[in-house]
Amino acid sequence: MTWEIALLLVQDGISTGAIYVLVALGIVLIFLVTRVIFVPFGDVVGYAALTLAALQLGQMPGTVWLVLTLAAIATVMEVVSLARQGDAHRIPRALLFYAVLPILPAAVVYFASMHALPMWLATLLTVAVVLPISPLLYRIAFRPLADASVLVLLIVAVAVHFAMSGLALLYFGPEGFRTEPMTRAFFDLGALTISGQSILIVVSSALFSFLLYLVFERTLIGKALRATAVNRVGARLVGILPSTTGATAFLIASLLAAISGILIGPIATLYYDSGFLIGLKAFVGAIIGGLVSYPATAVGAILVGIFESFASFWDSALKEVIVFSSLIPILVWQSFTSHTGVEEEIEEDESEGQA
Amino acid sequence: MPAITRLLFALAIAFLAAAPFLFGSFTITLLNYIAIYAMATLGLVLLTGVGGLTSFGQAAFVGIGAYATAWYTATQGGSPWIGLILSLAMTAIVATVLGAATLRLSGHFLPLSTIAWGIAIFFLFGNLDMLGRYSGLSGIPAIRIGQLSFEGTTAAYYFCWIVLGLAMLLCHNLLDSRQGRAIRALRGGTALVESLAINAFRMRLAVFVLGGVLAGLSGWLYAHVQRYVGPAPFDVRAGIELLLMALVGGAGQIVGAVIGSAIVTLIKNILQDVLPAFTRYSAQLEVVVFGVLFIVLLQKARGGVVLMIKRLLPRPKPRPVVDAPALPPRAHQQTAAQNPVLSVRNAVKRFGALIAVNDVSFEVRSGEVLGLIGPNGAGKSTLLNLITGVLKPNSGTIRFQGTDITTLPSRRIAAAGMARTFQHVKLRPNMTCIDNVMLGLYPRTGAGFLTGALRLDRKEEASARHEALRQLQRVGLGGKYGDLAGNLALGQQRLLEVARALAADPTLMILDEPAAGLRRLEKQTLSDLLRGLRAEGMTIVLVEHDMEFVMNLVDRIVVVDFGAKLAEGEPALIRADARVQEAYLGGVA
Repeated sequence: MTWEIALLLVQDGISTGAIYVLVALGIVLIFLVTRVIFVPFGDVVGYAALTLAALQLGQMPGTVWLVLTLAAIATVMEVVSLARQGDAHRIPRALLFYAVLPILPAAVVYFASMHALPMWLATLLTVAVVLPISPLLYRIAFRPLADASVLVLLIVAVAVHFAMSGLALLYFGPEGFRTEPMTRAFFDLGALTISGQSILIVVSSALFSFLLYLVFERTLIGKALRATAVNRVGARLVGILPSTTGATAFLIASLLAAISGILIGPIATLYYDSGFLIGLKAFVGAIIGGLVSYPATAVGAILVGIFESFASFWDSALKEVIVFSSLIPILVWQSFTSHTGVEEEIEEDESEGQA
Repeated sequence: MPAITRLLFALAIAFLAAAPFLFGSFTITLLNYIAIYAMATLGLVLLTGVGGLTSFGQAAFVGIGAYATAWYTATQGGSPWIGLILSLAMTAIVATVLGAATLRLSGHFLPLSTIAWGIAIFFLFGNLDMLGRYSGLSGIPAIRIGQLSFEGTTAAYYFCWIVLGLAMLLCHNLLDSRQGRAIRALRGGTALVESLAINAFRMRLAVFVLGGVLAGLSGWLYAHVQRYVGPAPFDVRAGIELLLMALVGGAGQIVGAVIGSAIVTLIKNILQDVLPAFTRYSAQLEVVVFGVLFIVLLQKARGGVVLMIKRLLPRPKPRPVVDAPALPPRAHQQTAAQNPVLSVRNAVKRFGALIAVNDVSFEVRSGEVLGLIGPNGAGKSTLLNLITGVLKPNSGTIRFQGTDITTLPSRRIAAAGMARTFQHVKLRPNMTCIDNVMLGLYPRTGAGFLTGALRLDRKEEASARHEALRQLQRVGLGGKYGDLAGNLALGQQRLLEVARALAADPTLMILDEPAAGLRRLEKQTLSDLLRGLRAEGMTIVLVEHDMEFVMNLVDRIVVVDFGAKLAEGEPALIRADARVQEAYLGGVA
């Protein structure tokens, strides 16, 4: 391997890694706030990329149907539970959040998809239609189980992933898509040629990470999210509703997923199930950060990107094997360095599974 | 076992034995798959339902087992029986490596990594030349014993179900043995497990490997019944189907493995008949249906089918405890009466800027009852945690019977002869009282996994049960030995913890607020019991807020306040101490 190739691989790895950073930050955010290990997050990324691809081809993206279905289920669940609690006066608000707000972008996309759209509009519509997916999934699958153990929530998350990826095949079919790059510019830096798309990816990733930081540091809702992550009971005692912070975390994460999907679309051919693998690689990055630290997660995600880029150079067929097997030494390293492991684990609800 | 349960079992076995005469070969093939999946699910039942761990990679273990024997028998021409050894050894090795890497970390890292390596193994199967890449390996021979070949569908059927039956029997025996109780205790946190001299990490690893080996066995059956292996049935999707089987059946129920496997396989079969009529992507839609089923199941009926049925059946009567020779007492290190059993020297524990225990020193002499008192937040519980090894002090030394235990983990300290109860009762509510007490006997007994599974431990078990009943009777719970610990009142649960501590036959007992929540008469019984123990030479450290209880019982008192030792001496002296009065009453009374 020459230096030029190594540099090329590193550059390639950093731009893929920058996307993993956004995905991994979303995963850590959701985990810290709701204790849900959101396995289907990668699928949401995939939906975003495929939605944009469909819009560019002038087709109606299946995401519209997904959002409509989820909104219908969530609305029914919310209305039924409010009616049962005798909180009928809150139903109009629930209808606004669970029916009107998700259906609005879906309807716009439905009608807009018949026309040729400029790039910026297609991108914007993609974000708008993907945004409700994660919060709706939270309402349907996870909120009814808010008090369950991390393990139960994880099993549900995996089940949601399988449902999502099955539906993705129905909506988008088995063909692969690649979206139009947002820029075709190239920059020559001596031996190295950097594509404008990679620069765009890295800059957007850095920008959104910084925005996330600002939200946490400077806004009340960000502080509420942090408070919930540190101590759920304490947050509840000072009037922070776990269901609200949970929905907010899923909403922010959904935004990150949409952006990641839009960014990765032009640099890789994506199939209905590609999102899952992207999500899992981001998970490897998040695990490097111990699922607790945002900066360490970002570093981990970049490392995974670089590692993957070298792995595909060595043996492209076994690329996935190499990337996922790297998780094992990482975990070994963590089990010897972390002391907060088993000892401080919250005791599981003992009657669980017997209820 | 109640008559009706026995009848159900007999009917099920009769049905299985007669099935080949009743059904066509399609149904029998389906039943073969049910048995093979049930074997892998059995591993998950132990892992998830009993041990509280979860794996999405069980199907990958099945794949390792299947490919190991397939490679050896189809490409090397070896015997399936050597292939069996290979299958089991390979899964055991892989499980050990993965378990060792992840089981020290908190609960969710294991399942998460099983997703990743489940995918990695699937790609590995599909990309290795020696394993036939995505086209797989064919020409795998059927299993033979001498002249007897299990080639036909019916022969394979009987073989699979007999092997499954044996595996279920062994697992059932195991769960009802010394190691099985330790496995059942894993669910619900490690603090209790480690305080019983059980190495929680090793026990988790053992369950994980056991689950893996059962999957390996399932893979071996799969390879030799199907006679062909390819990578497709071993991906993560198959892994979650196995998990679904375990949860549908009822996590923690051995029979649940078969019932769950049967239900899921039948639903799958129906979906495969019905869905193609609607869409050409029926395989994917099947996944969607399973995903939704799974979510509904976890939201609405987390207990599974077996528990629903169990609730309809009469509860089995507790097995009577038979007379048996006494367990040998533990070798107590003789400590001369004046030498301290426990000595704490300059112990300091900081949590960030907070100093919870500040330079505390005291000794516990052999055969005395020492009361440790102080206002709320004084640092008593932290001090107990330092002594029992739950926390490590920042500085200072703690010696137990002359040995430095400052840095030893809880289980080593427990093994050295210290037993404890907890301020917040730690019991296994779904185990019977006698099983909870028998957990305390872990360091006094020796049966291993194989001994337990093969029922070679019955003599020791009988003695252990007898001893456990004796300890229950001592605390006045003899009549409740068959009740679930979770059904006792709080006061009785505290007494149950005392019985469990007594069962370990300790040199030193640490009791953390044993009288809290007890009624007057119960307090009297406890007080008499502790007095009796002191007469027998037991040393006891007691944290308690009930001053009447403390003053009438203990020989000496150590008072702590704001993390520091305030006073030490006989009850009468402490009662008269002005500083103690100030600490409790906020001013000289």
